[in-house]
Amino acid sequence: MDETRHRIRERAEQALKLLLSLTVTFMGLLAVTFFIGRVVPIDPVLAAVGDRASAESYAQARRELGLDRPLYQQFLIYASKALRGDFGKSVLTSNAVIDDIKRVFPATFELATLAALLGVLVGVPAGVAAAAKKGSWVDHGIRFVGLLGYSVPIFWLGLMGLLVFYAKLGIVAGPGRSDVLFEGLVPTVTGALLLDSALAGQWEAFRDAFAHIILPASILGVFSMAYISRMTRSFMLEQLQAEYVNTARIKGLSERTVVWRHALGNAWVPLVTVIALSYGNLLEGSILTEVVFAWPGLGSYITNSLMSADMNAVLGGTVMVGIVFIALNFITDILYKRLDPRAR
Amino acid sequence: MARAKLKGSSFKRLATIIVAGLLLIGGAELWAAGASKKDMVVMAWQIDELITFDPAEVYELAGMEMMANIYDRLVYLPSDKIDAPQPGLAESWKVSADGQTFTFAIRKGAKFHSGNPVTAEDVAWSVQRAIKLNKGPAFILGELGLTPENVDQLAKATDPYTFTLTITKKLAQSFVINCLGSGVGSVVDKKEVEPKAAGGDFGNAYLKKADAGSGPFKLTTWKPNELVLLDAFPGYWRGAPSIKRVALKHVPESATQRLMLEKGDADVARNLGPEDIAALSANKDVKIRNVAQGAIYYLGLNQKNPNLAKPEVREALKWLVDYKGIEQSVLKGTRVVHQSFLPAGVLGAIDSNPYSLDVAKAKALLAKAGLPKGFKVTMDVTNSFPTNVIAQAIQADLAKAGIELEIIPGDNKQTLTKYRARNHDIYIGRWSPDYADPHSNTQGFAWNPDNSDSSTSKLLAWRNSWDIPEMTKKAEAALVEGDTAKRAKMYKDMQLEHQKTSPFVIMYQDIWVIAERGGVTGFEVGPSSDYVYYRNISIK
Amino acid sequence: MEASKTTLGAWLSSAAPESPWQAWCGDAWRSWLLFRRNPLAMAGLAIMLALVVLAAIGPLIAPADPLAQSLGLRLSPPGANGYILGSDELGRDILSRLLYGARISLSIVLMVAVAVAPVGLAIGTIAGYFGGPVDTVLMRITDIFLSFPRLVLALALASALGPGIENAVIAIAITAWPPYARIARAETISIRNSDFIAASRLQGASPLRIIATQVAPLCASSVIVRVTLDMAGIMLTAAGLGFLGLGAQPPSPEWGAMVAAGRRFVFDQWWVAAMPGLAICAVSLGFNFLGDGLRDVLDPKSGS
Repeated sequence: MDETRHRIRERAEQALKLLLSLTVTFMGLLAVTFFIGRVVPIDPVLAAVGDRASAESYAQARRELGLDRPLYQQFLIYASKALRGDFGKSVLTSNAVIDDIKRVFPATFELATLAALLGVLVGVPAGVAAAAKKGSWVDHGIRFVGLLGYSVPIFWLGLMGLLVFYAKLGIVAGPGRSDVLFEGLVPTVTGALLLDSALAGQWEAFRDAFAHIILPASILGVFSMAYISRMTRSFMLEQLQAEYVNTARIKGLSERTVVWRHALGNAWVPLVTVIALSYGNLLEGSILTEVVFAWPGLGSYITNSLMSADMNAVLGGTVMVGIVFIALNFITDILYKRLDPRAR
Repeated sequence: MARAKLKGSSFKRLATIIVAGLLLIGGAELWAAGASKKDMVVMAWQIDELITFDPAEVYELAGMEMMANIYDRLVYLPSDKIDAPQPGLAESWKVSADGQTFTFAIRKGAKFHSGNPVTAEDVAWSVQRAIKLNKGPAFILGELGLTPENVDQLAKATDPYTFTLTITKKLAQSFVINCLGSGVGSVVDKKEVEPKAAGGDFGNAYLKKADAGSGPFKLTTWKPNELVLLDAFPGYWRGAPSIKRVALKHVPESATQRLMLEKGDADVARNLGPEDIAALSANKDVKIRNVAQGAIYYLGLNQKNPNLAKPEVREALKWLVDYKGIEQSVLKGTRVVHQSFLPAGVLGAIDSNPYSLDVAKAKALLAKAGLPKGFKVTMDVTNSFPTNVIAQAIQADLAKAGIELEIIPGDNKQTLTKYRARNHDIYIGRWSPDYADPHSNTQGFAWNPDNSDSSTSKLLAWRNSWDIPEMTKKAEAALVEGDTAKRAKMYKDMQLEHQKTSPFVIMYQDIWVIAERGGVTGFEVGPSSDYVYYRNISIK
Repeated sequence: MEASKTTLGAWLSSAAPESPWQAWCGDAWRSWLLFRRNPLAMAGLAIMLALVVLAAIGPLIAPADPLAQSLGLRLSPPGANGYILGSDELGRDILSRLLYGARISLSIVLMVAVAVAPVGLAIGTIAGYFGGPVDTVLMRITDIFLSFPRLVLALALASALGPGIENAVIAIAITAWPPYARIARAETISIRNSDFIAASRLQGASPLRIIATQVAPLCASSVIVRVTLDMAGIMLTAAGLGFLGLGAQPPSPEWGAMVAAGRRFVFDQWWVAAMPGLAICAVSLGFNFLGDGLRDVLDPKSGS
C-alpha cells in the first residue's frame, strides 16, 4: 500500500517537474523571441504605414502597435497574449498570426512528412546494409553518400534539382505547391494537398500536387536519409555485436533473418526516437528548401516576414517551430521510455 | 523463379500498363488544361509586397494595380494617355469660376459588386474615409487641403448623384483631377463596408482582405505570398470583361517566371531580368513589350556628411557613374539612362543627360575640393536586383577616382529606416511618382520646407538634408500655376538647375518589360501601377 | 643510450614509455595509425589541408583580382575568355573569387569554433561541477536555446544585428554552444567525484581553479571531436545565411552569397551558382570526413 502511494507521489512529482520545465522552456522561448523582436534595426511602424505617410498617421500606427509603452509592459502583454495563442496581427497578411500559421503549417508538415518518409525508406535499409557488410565497399559507399548528404548545402541542391529536373528534363512541376488551375477545386480538410485531393477523389489535382512536392521532398529527404542511415548503421552495429545475435547465428538462422528480423527488430527502438528527432531537423531544413521552391509553408512565411520586418509573424512562427521542437523532444522521451524495456 | 518470370513477358506487360497509365494521365491533363485555360489568364509576378486591399491604405505597386481593376474612380486615366482624363464614375464635372469648387455628376446605373447602386454618398464617404483613416496614401488627397476636421464640409454629396469638392487653396486644375484619379480616389461601397466598421476603423480591418468596389473584377481569393484570384464582374457598367478569371501567381524569381512562360504555365511574366528577356526574345510564341515607367533610380548624397556636402564632390560623383556601360551590360533594356527628376512622359519632363563616366574630370573636381586622394564613404543598398548590382558596378567606378565605397546591404525596410533617419552617407533608391502630375516628383526631389530633424514632411530632399528654401518656393509656385505651358516651363528650369546643384545622382528611368504568350491580347499597361487594366485581356 | 639508437617509430610504439610525454606521443601515434587506415578520414584530412593551403596562398595563385569587373565579359562560360570557371554577373573571375572566398569560409568556421567551444565548455563544466540550482538554471537556459531550431534563431539574430560576417558569426555562435555545454556537463559529472579531484579539493584549491585546471582539460577531447563534426554544419549555416542575404556583404566573395547571386541565372548560366555550391560541398564534405574519422579513432564507443 505504502509503496503504491509512494509511486503515485513519485509519478505526480515527475509530471509536475516536467510541466514546470516545459513552462520554463516555453517562457524562455518567448523571452528570447521578444528580445530579438526589439533589437531589430527596422522600424516596424514603417512596415505598417509605408514610406510617405504623414507624421500623424505614423504616430497613430505606433500607438496602435503598442510601441509607445515601456519595454517590460510590452513583454508582459506579449507573453500573456502568446499564452492564449495570440501573437497579434501580421502586418504583411493582415491576418491574425495564429491563423496564418494554421494556414501555412500544413504545407510544411506535408513536405517534411514526405521527406521523412523518403528518408526512412531509403535510410534504414542503407544503414542496415552498411552495418551488415561493415568495412566493405558497400559500407564505405553508403557512408560516403551519407556524409555527402550532410555536406550538400540544401539551397544549392534545390537549385540544381530545379535546373535538371524541371528546366532541362521537365519531369517534375516547377516551384509552388500546385497549379493555379486547381485552385479552389479541392476542399481543405487536412490542409495537406495530397491527402485532401485523394479524399475528394480529385486525381488530377493529386497528380499535380505530387508533381510539385516530389522534388522538394526528395531534396529535403536527402538530408534526413543521411542522418537516418548513419544512425541506423551505428545502432545495428551495436545489435550485431550482441550475444543474442551470435546465439541466433549458431542456431543456424540465415544471415538475412538474423540481420533484418532480429537485429533490426531490436534497433527499431532507438531508431524511432532518431526519426522523431530528425523530423525536427526537417522542419528547420525546410526553411531554405521552401525559399528555393517558393513553397508556401512556415519557412517561407518566417523568411518573408523577416524581410519585411513583420516581427509579430516572425516571432509567432519561431515560437511555433520551438513548440514543435519541444513537443518532439517530449514525445521522443516518452516513446523511448515506453518502447525500451530497459528504460521502463 | 518469380523473378525470372517477371523478366520475361510479365515485365513487358507491366511496363506497357505503366506507360499507358502515364499517357492517360498526361492526356487527361492536356484536355483539362485546354478546357479551362482560355477563360483564365495566369500572370507570374512578384507580389509579396501586397499587404492590403483597402484602397485607403494600399501603397504598394501591386496593390495599386489591384485597385485599378477592382475599384472605379471618378475619372478614368487611360493607360496610353494618362494626361487626358476621361469620365469614370463621374459622367462629367464642372469647376467654379474661382477654381476652388469641383462639381461631379455621378453616373446612373453603375453598380457595386454587392449589387448596390453607386451614389454620390458613396463617393463622399470614400474621400472622407481615406482622409480620416489617414493611412499611407491619405496625403495625396491631403494635397487638396482636406483634413479629418474639414473633410465632411469640403467633400460631400449635395444630392444622390452630385458630389462636390471644395479645395482650400488655389491649385492647378489638372493637379486636382490627377489626385482624384489615383488609387486613393477609389469609390468604396458605403452600404457594404460601414456596418463592418469596428472601433472607428471605417471597416479597414474588413476591407484589407475583401472588396467593395464597382470595378470590372471581384477579389475571389488572396493567399498572401502565393496567389490572388480575380473573377470577372458580369454587371460592370462598361460591360463584362472579356476574360473570366485573372490569376496572379507570386513567383519571385525571374528565371522561374520565364520557364513558366515557356512551358505555358503562365501567360504573362511581369518581372523578367535582362538575361531572361534576351533568352525569350528568340522565342516565337512570346511577345515582349517595353512600357516606360515613372520610377527613377538615383543616389541620394546625405549633406550631413561633410565630404558629400561639398559641391565639387557632388558634381564629381555625377561624373563617376558609367551610366551607359551599366545600362548596356547589366540592365539591358530594362532601364534607360535618365538624369532629371521628372520621368519622361510627365508634363515638363526634359531630355537632358549631360553626365557620363569621366574619371579625369571627377579627379580634378575632387582635387579642387581638397580630396585629391579620394575618401571613404558607405552606401546603403537594398539587397535586390537591380540596386545590388548597380551598387557594385558603381563601387568599381568610384574606386577609379580613389573613392572607397563600402556597400551596406539590407532589406528594403532596413535601408529605408536608416534613410528616413538620415543616418546614411549614400543611399541608392528607386522613387516612383504617386500620381500622374509633375508635382509628385518635384515634391520628392526639390522641395524641403523644413530641414530640421522634427520636420513633418520627410521626403527625399529632407532625407539628404538638402536645405533649399529658394527651390522649395519655386516648386510651390509651379503647383498653383494655372497656365499649363507656363507650368511646364517652370518645371523644366527647375530640373536644369537641379541637375547641376542637387545631391542626387539621378541615373535611370524604369522600363517595365512585359512578356506575354502569343495568344494574349488587350493587357493595358500604363506608366504606373495606377493605370494597368485587365478588362480587355483575352486569350486566343 | 639504448633509446637514442632506436628509431622514432620504436620510441613512439614503445609498450613501456619512459615519460608522460612519450606516453602521450605514443597514444597520438597509435591514433594516427588507426586514423590512417580510414580512407574517408584521410580524404577529409587532405581536403582540409588543401583548404588551409589555398586560404593561405590563394591570393598568390588566383589568376585575377576577385573584385575586378569586366562588364563586357560578364557571364562567360567556364573556359571562355580566359575564365577557367567562368565569370559572374559583373564579369568577375569565379575561380579567383572562390580562392579568396576560402579565407572567409575558413575564418567564419574558426571564429565560431573558437567562440563556441570555450563558452560551452565553461557552462557545461560549471553546471556539472556545482550541480544543484546552478546546474538547473544553466541547463534550463541551455535547453531553451536547444529548443530553437538553429537556423531560425540564427536568421532572426542575423537580421536583428544586421548583415555582415561578424554578425553572422555571432548569430551562429549563439545557436551553436548548447550541445557543447551538454557534452561538457556529462563528462564533468562522470569525473567530479573521482579521487584526484577530491585530492585537489583537500589541498584547498578553489572550485573555479579545479574546473579550469583539472576538469576542463579532461573534457576537451570530446569537445574537440564535436567541434570537428560541427564545422561542416557551421559552414552550411553560414552559407545559408549568405544565401538569404544575411551573411557577408558584397562584393565579398563569400560562397553562400555567390550562390545566391547566381540564383538569377541558374537555368542558363548555371556555373555562376554551381561553382561556389560545389566548393561549399567539397569543403564541408572534408570537414565531415575528418570529423567522422576522428570520432572513430578517439571515441570508439560510437560507430565502427
